[in-house]
This record gives sequence, C-alpha cells and structure tokens, in this order.
Amino acid sequence: MLRKLFVLAALVGLAFSAPAFAASTRLEPEGPKGGWSFEGPFGTYDQEQLQRGYKVYREVCSSCHSMNMVAFRNLGDKGGPFWDPQYKSAVENGYVKAIAKDYQIADIDRDTGDVVKRPGTPADHFVAPFANEAAARASNGGANPPDMSLLARAREGGPAYVYSIVTGYVTAPPAGLTVPAGKYYNPYMNGDLSSFWKGDPNQVPKGGFIAMPPPLADNKVSFDDKHSSKLDAEAADVAAFLMWAADPKMEERKQTGLAVMIFLLLFSGILYGSYRALWRNIDHH
Amino acid sequence: MTAHTTYEPKTAIERWLDTRLPIIRLGAEVLEFPTPKNLNYWWTFGGILSFCLATQIITGIVLAMHYQAGGASAFLSVEQGIMRDVNYGWLLRGIHANGASMFFIAVYIHMFRGMYYGSYKAPRELLWLLGCVIYLLMMATAFMGYVLPWGQMSFWGAKVITNLLGAFPIIGKPITTLLWGGFAVDDPTLNRFFSLHYLLPFLIAAVVALHIWALHVPGNNNPVGVEVKSKADTVPFHPYYTVKDGFAIAVFMILFAVFVFFEPDALGHPDNFIPANPLVTPSHIVPEWYFLPFYAILRAIPDKLMGVIAMFGAIAMLFVLPWLNRSKVKSMRYRPTSRMYFGFFVVACCILGYCGAQLPDDAVIPGLGKTVTLGDSDLNSFVWLSRIMTLYYFAYFVIITPLVSLRETPLPVPDSISTPVLAVAAAKKD
Repeated sequence: MLRKLFVLAALVGLAFSAPAFAASTRLEPEGPKGGWSFEGPFGTYDQEQLQRGYKVYREVCSSCHSMNMVAFRNLGDKGGPFWDPQYKSAVENGYVKAIAKDYQIADIDRDTGDVVKRPGTPADHFVAPFANEAAARASNGGANPPDMSLLARAREGGPAYVYSIVTGYVTAPPAGLTVPAGKYYNPYMNGDLSSFWKGDPNQVPKGGFIAMPPPLADNKVSFDDKHSSKLDAEAADVAAFLMWAADPKMEERKQTGLAVMIFLLLFSGILYGSYRALWRNIDHH
Repeated sequence: MTAHTTYEPKTAIERWLDTRLPIIRLGAEVLEFPTPKNLNYWWTFGGILSFCLATQIITGIVLAMHYQAGGASAFLSVEQGIMRDVNYGWLLRGIHANGASMFFIAVYIHMFRGMYYGSYKAPRELLWLLGCVIYLLMMATAFMGYVLPWGQMSFWGAKVITNLLGAFPIIGKPITTLLWGGFAVDDPTLNRFFSLHYLLPFLIAAVVALHIWALHVPGNNNPVGVEVKSKADTVPFHPYYTVKDGFAIAVFMILFAVFVFFEPDALGHPDNFIPANPLVTPSHIVPEWYFLPFYAILRAIPDKLMGVIAMFGAIAMLFVLPWLNRSKVKSMRYRPTSRMYFGFFVVACCILGYCGAQLPDDAVIPGLGKTVTLGDSDLNSFVWLSRIMTLYYFAYFVIITPLVSLRETPLPVPDSISTPVLAVAAAKKD
C-alpha cells in the first residue's frame, strides 16, 4: 500500500514536471555548457559570477532595463553578489554604500519642497533608466524594455532563456525572411514568422522578432579578475545575476529545505515505528 | 452524535462544565470514536486534508498582514514585500501557493477513494454531498487566491473565467458586472476577490465541521464496504488512527516540502511573474493544474454556453452520484466490472487534465500530421481527444454507473470486517 502511494507521488511529480507545451515555434532555450552553479537541491550562486553579472547589468542592461524591486542593500544580503561576512548588516557594507552613492536619487528637499537629486544610500532601489513607460517606448522604437527584477523567472526556460536570447541572435537571417525595420531575428524569441516568410510554408524559421539589438558582444565588458569576456561568458554571468535578482532567497530556501527534509524523514520514521508498534497485535487486513 | 465514551468528569470544574457545555465530552467522543480497524492508507487523506486547510488558513492570515489589494500595489506587495522584505515571507508564500496544489492533490485522491469504495452510498449520501460543497468552495477559494498576486495569469485567468458566466442568458451579464464591481476586471474585482478569499476558507471550515459530524453518525465506511457489526470490528480513533494519520501526514509533508523548498515555481506559470497588463494578452492562458480537466471539458464544446453548462455539469455529476449507483455492494473490491470502468474514469480525468494544458488544435501524435477533419478540427488534435474523454466522463456517470450497478454480478462479500474474507484472492488485488 505504502509503495503504491510512493509510486503515485512519483507519477504525480512526473506528470507536472513534463513540459506543458509540446509543440513550440521557437528553439528551446539552453543554458551555458557547464550548466549553472545554482542547479539542483544543493546548488548555490557563484558569488564571483554574480559580481561579474552585476557589472554587465550596470554597464550594459541598465541603460534600458529597470530593476525596480532590487534595493542596493540586497546586493550585500547573504547569498548576494557583494555579501561580506565582516559587515553585520548589508547597510554597512562598503561595496554596497559605494555602489549606491554612484546613483542620483530623486527626492524632495525638506526645507524648500523642491525636487532635488541626492546620492543614493543602501536603502534606495535601483534607478529606472526612463521616467515612465511612454518615455521608455519613445527611446526604444516603440518597445518597452521589461523590468529585470523578475525577468529570469518570468520566461519559460528561466535563466537559460536569458542566456539563449542574448547569445542567440542570427546576424544573417535566413533568405526569404523579411525582418521589419528596427527589429532583429532571434530563434529563441516567441512569435510566429509565417507572415514574414516567403519560402516554403512548411519551413517557416523558428523564433520571432525582438526589438532589442544584440546587447552583448565579445569584449563588451571587461572584468578585473581577467575572466573571459567572450559573449557566452558575459551572457552566462548576467543570466546568473538576473536569476539572483529574481530569486535572492534561493540559498536560504534550499538550506532551510535541507533541514526540513532531514527532520521530516526522521519524524516520519519515528511515526512509522510507533504505528507498527501500536498496531502489532491488531489484525487489520 | 452517538455517545460511546468512557469519559467521566472527575474534577468539580469538569462536572460543572459537563452539565452546561460538554465540550470535554465532545473531545473525548471524537478521540474514542470507534473506527473500522481495516482502513487502508487511502483513508488517511481526510486527516491530510484537515492539515492542508489549517496550513492554508494559518499562512494565509499572516500573508494577509503583508498583502495590499489594489491594482497598483498587489503585485509589488507580493513580489517585493512578501518575497524579498518580509522575514520568511518567501516561506509563507511558498507554503500557501504550493499548499493550494497540495490541497487539491489530497482532495482528488480523497474523492477517488470515496468513489472506489462506495463511501457515498446510504447512509452516507449527505456526508458525500457536504464533501462536494467543500470541493466547490475550495475551487472558488483557489481561483480567487490565484488572482491576488495580480500577475498576468492572475488577471487573464480572472477575465476568462468571469467572462464565462456572461454566457448565461439574461442573468449572465448582471452576474459578471457584480463579480467585477464594474465593467471590466479591475481594482474593485481584486478587492472583492480578496475579501471573499479571506471569507470562504472559514465557510469551508464550517462545512468541514458538518462533514465530520455527518461522518460520526454512521461512522467510517471501510475498504470492505460492510458496515461495522461489533466492537471487534473497530479500534478507538486515538491512538490508532491519530498515529497512522500522523505518519501519513508526515509523508505527505515530505512531498509538500519538495515543492516549497526545491521546486517552488514548478506548479505555477512564468507569466505570473509579469505584472497584470490589460493591454497585453498572454499567448496561452491556462488555469492552475487542478482546474485543467474542467477547462478541457469547457473547450471541448464549440458553443460557449453549452461549454459552460458542460463544465458545471461535470461537477454536478458528483452531486447526483449517490443516486446513480444502484449496486447493493459498496466496495469495488467485489465489483470487478465497475472497477475496470472506474480505472478508465481515473485515466480519462488525467487525460482531460493533460488536454487542458495543450493548445486545442495541436496534434496529439505530432509525427502523424493531418488525418481526417471531423467537424471543425482534425481528428488528431487535443480538442478531439478532449471530446472523446468528455464523452466518457459523462457516460461514466449517467450510463455506465447505473447500468453496471444493476447488471454486474459482484464477488462474494464477507459477512463482517473481522470474519475471514471468502474471496481472499480478489481482495488481495487492491
């Protein structure tokens, strides 16, 4: 009976882990070759990678993409890119303070009521590059660059999607595909290209159009630790950083989970033993 | 409730209480309740469901302290406030969001168990009906709860489902307007959904109390389906079933914890990490997994109104089940023919659930390509698979169950729970 329950649980798990969408008109996103450091129940973020990813975000992505939900202090939280155990709290973290100070935050002068700019503090959030959606669209050919706080969880494929989009641009689109002005062909993008395709209707290229020009290239961002500045390394770093931004509590969650699992396994073992002992003399079949 | 307790008030305060509000006596009766000794693990899901309800209410009350209903604040209060800034907010929300799925896994097993062992048959029809009411309330609660984070799937799910009610003639429009609190899904909709999402769980708890009351009058059904004949057939609920249910709950918590701590997004949808936007429709709107079979039934019918009626009809079938089954034997252990059809029924429900997550016109067998076009779609499509399964779903209730219950020859049934079973071989099978 118990075995049946386990089989059932396994089947239920399997049914829901199977990809929900069988047919797809885009290429399945794939992560970097070595996989992610944060995969699996014991996976953690690679702090050096998060720092490199932060640099990519700061120097490239942040000129168009906001990250409104992330505060500077989050960078110094446990598991974050600039966490340093010597500081009691992220607010005291030297890196965090320095990063925050580089930003100018809109505020109200308490004495005059004027709108002023002041240097950021660890409590402030990242500053959006555009004042509002209309301004963002006006500067980006009508497209609104999505906020990056949750981006890595808001797309099918997660961080692999971010990595694939950034590395997946095809410089020479297939002959027969008309790419509209201001758009780029990317086989990992969702979309339906059939109305832009002049070739064999059964051979419509996979993917879609994206308004973002290829954001990264080899040697676009350089790293102090002489880490590779190849496109795929930069893409992997920024995807990992965005995964952290979207799920900053992942390490805490998995660590808690491990303790909970150990407790539950022991606890159910004890309960099973009590059950067997209690029912020993009762014929119940 | 029948008195079957050895409880005697020993202290003065207990005696005082016993003649005024015999609440300790009630507790003693529940704990000592004579329970069939042959209940198998499928019977532990009642206890598991109580655990689920308590978990949802406790985590929900704390989450409500941090949640802000409102189009401009809801998404932020969940994804920034609760998930990032509230201490252990990620844990509370992880438990609450995945808890809904766990609740439905448990309730579906509980319902299938009731169907298999004929637990809805006399004198337990009302027990079953109360269970159906709980299930309905659960669906309403879960649906409104999914709307609260105000992500894209929350918003568009709310829009699709509330729009369905608009299909009813005359009353449809006023009902949708009332649900929306206006003429579109907007702030007022979110606010009333929050209010109702907080209210309904307490109604569920009240109906659960009735459900348990209705259980304690005839007592538990059991895998043999023969009523309790003597004291030899039963054991007191405590400690025998408190410990057994406790073990089952602990095992269930392991499955629960796998999702909460290691796969928190597995049962959700990535689009719900995008704030609600009335101007951008997601390419593929899907409800949560526990609604998928009904969603497939809805989409199987080309006409909107008929689809909605079929969807509600599918739930209504459960309410009339006690009067559709005419068999004198409760447990399908002794009804091999019924057991086979029931097996198909469970499979059909699972296939319907799978169809609900697919695009209706996609091919079931991708390599096969186009086959025969029947009506509006190709035969090799999920919409046709849904139609066949929907047909079986309804046929199972209105044709197969009554017919088989009248015509089949059941296997010999033991005289009582304690007497050795004649058809040992058949019993061992399940």
